[in-house]
Amino acid sequence: MSHALQDQRPVRAPKSPAPASLTRGGLPRWAPTGIAVVSVALGCGAGLVFGLHSKIQWGLLAALLFVAITYTASAVVENRRQAKDRVATSLVWVCFVLAVIPLLSLMWTTISRGVKVLDGDFLGHSMNGVTSFEEGGGVYHALLGTLEQVALATLIAAPIGLLTAVYLVEYGRGGLAKAVTFFVDVMTGIPSIVAGLFILTTWNLMLGFGPSGFAGAMALSILMMPVVVRSTEEMLKLVPNELREAALALGVPKWRMILKVVLPTAIGGIATGVMLAVARIAGETAPIMLLVFGTQLINGNPFEGAQSSLPLYIWEQYKVGSEASYDRAWAAALVLIAFVMILNLVARGIARWKAPKTGR
Amino acid sequence: MASTTPTQTDTAPPVSRSERSTGRAGDKIFAGLSKGSGILLLVLMASIAAFLTYRAVIALSKNEGNFLTTFDWNASANPPVFGIAVLLFGTVVSSIIAMVIAVPIAVGIALFISHYAPRKLAAPLAYVVDLLAAVPSIVYGIWGALFLVPQLAGLNLWLDQYLGWTYVFEKTQIGVARSLFTVGILLAIMILPIVTSVSREVFLQVPRMNEEAALALGATRWEVIRMSVLPFGRSGVISASMLGLGRALGETMAVATVLSPSFLISFHVLNPGGGTFAQNIAAKFDEANEFGRDALIASGLVLFLLTLLVNGAARLIIARRKEFSGANA
Repeated sequence: MSHALQDQRPVRAPKSPAPASLTRGGLPRWAPTGIAVVSVALGCGAGLVFGLHSKIQWGLLAALLFVAITYTASAVVENRRQAKDRVATSLVWVCFVLAVIPLLSLMWTTISRGVKVLDGDFLGHSMNGVTSFEEGGGVYHALLGTLEQVALATLIAAPIGLLTAVYLVEYGRGGLAKAVTFFVDVMTGIPSIVAGLFILTTWNLMLGFGPSGFAGAMALSILMMPVVVRSTEEMLKLVPNELREAALALGVPKWRMILKVVLPTAIGGIATGVMLAVARIAGETAPIMLLVFGTQLINGNPFEGAQSSLPLYIWEQYKVGSEASYDRAWAAALVLIAFVMILNLVARGIARWKAPKTGR
Repeated sequence: MASTTPTQTDTAPPVSRSERSTGRAGDKIFAGLSKGSGILLLVLMASIAAFLTYRAVIALSKNEGNFLTTFDWNASANPPVFGIAVLLFGTVVSSIIAMVIAVPIAVGIALFISHYAPRKLAAPLAYVVDLLAAVPSIVYGIWGALFLVPQLAGLNLWLDQYLGWTYVFEKTQIGVARSLFTVGILLAIMILPIVTSVSREVFLQVPRMNEEAALALGATRWEVIRMSVLPFGRSGVISASMLGLGRALGETMAVATVLSPSFLISFHVLNPGGGTFAQNIAAKFDEANEFGRDALIASGLVLFLLTLLVNGAARLIIARRKEFSGANA
């Protein structure tokens, strides 16, 4: 990096003219705002004149004009380097706005179309006896299925993930720990449908079990484990070593030290990590589709027979393709997003509330 | 052994000590448990590969077509004929489109959060981008199919009209934009958060000294970024992109809802049609008989190996960077 500095500087310095005074030729502070207003006005004007239909094209035109005018103005009044800097700044801002647009659009679409049929009836009823083209019906069976499957997956994945993280931080040395770390990282990238196929080959095809919520939960737990391991590991690393040493110096055995000192210190962060992992698997569709099969009826037993789940319900309703089923799909999407977002917010809340006590 | 028992009873302190501290056995159990779950994870990875391979071999042994070059998927027919050529093509093309769109924007956002945004706003803004990752993929799917696809009709026309001469953007079939290009755009939105967050972490690790040295030499903010931040973060951005690529390759529901599948290879990315591994599994699973399932598992194995390669490479790059840069010391 320092080479880059040495290489670039001497070449560039002579090119830029020495300023007569330190305050010479800067664009005023209001210049970006002014240019933005002008370019939006021009963009809209041009859009009207040339009869462009899409408002997106107007926006693009305005953005291009903004960049061009900024560059020219800055290059004339200031210098080329400042002009490049200003263009880079506006591009970086544009990037951020580009990321926010789909998020807002998605939220707005889901909420505005989801509230149409979302009410107590929708949450409290199943699709039993409702043909897919008529209105009515609800998500109760799917909500129940999602809650049970996610709870089961958490019961499987959280202890294993937690213990693995404890192993990596407190015990792990040498080749095995390195291998576990690497494969946990790689495991975070396993496509959800592959996890589903794995359970399908072992649980269903080899052992001969039928579709059930539990099979789906097992696939979800495969997706959840690496996430729990990673976040717990980060949290355990934040626990100050002094606490461990103090406990060991008092003659506490290592396992009690971990259970009574290390884990309680990091419990807030661990809970956050687990909840974020839950939020991530709650929206998984592909493994559920392969393993849980889907049903229109309420099935409270995750170990026997087909269940439904919110993501699967959305997919089924989408596939039907009627107006009523689209409404149901959006409403279910709203329920699912609300569920995931609440989990997310609660998790962040816990993280802030019980931040690990470091730096003593 | 008879001699040891008396010695223990003779010396009083050790006995009472060993009665009070039950820690040694507990230590062994706990260490064993935690080590065991670590090993369990490794076994899990190995058995995923093993079981998928086992079923895939069954499927491949009965395949009448060529697994790599056949442009068809009739695995449930008799005799079964299926090949992954179209799926491989669709998966790679849609992921490449996603990368081309997402990586520059993600780097921009990461720079925005690490270097441009007002200090106090940086954390909330980063959270907003992370929220994109919290949206379930099926919701992206129906949003893409019911909202994005109609919206993109105009863009498709425009691309066809002005960039049609590039062949790639020529739209030869009439139809809604349920194309690999639309899938690529949707995947780009979905992988933005992961690419952004990893790049952001790397950009935040750039030694302050480098940046301040550049500033002291009179560099503008953009020059600081170009000379000290980007060179430092290059490998981080590469591995972040590969993590994003891994996600894009394996995405199922968003592709399954948006794409109107067909078993054709066409470089006209705006034409509706094509397919990806995950989408094909989701679409064909319901109608597949037992052998059809094995065939789908075989294609799942290819997908698994593909993502394994991409993710493994990304992690290796990250790990190497950590060792040599000294940023994480």
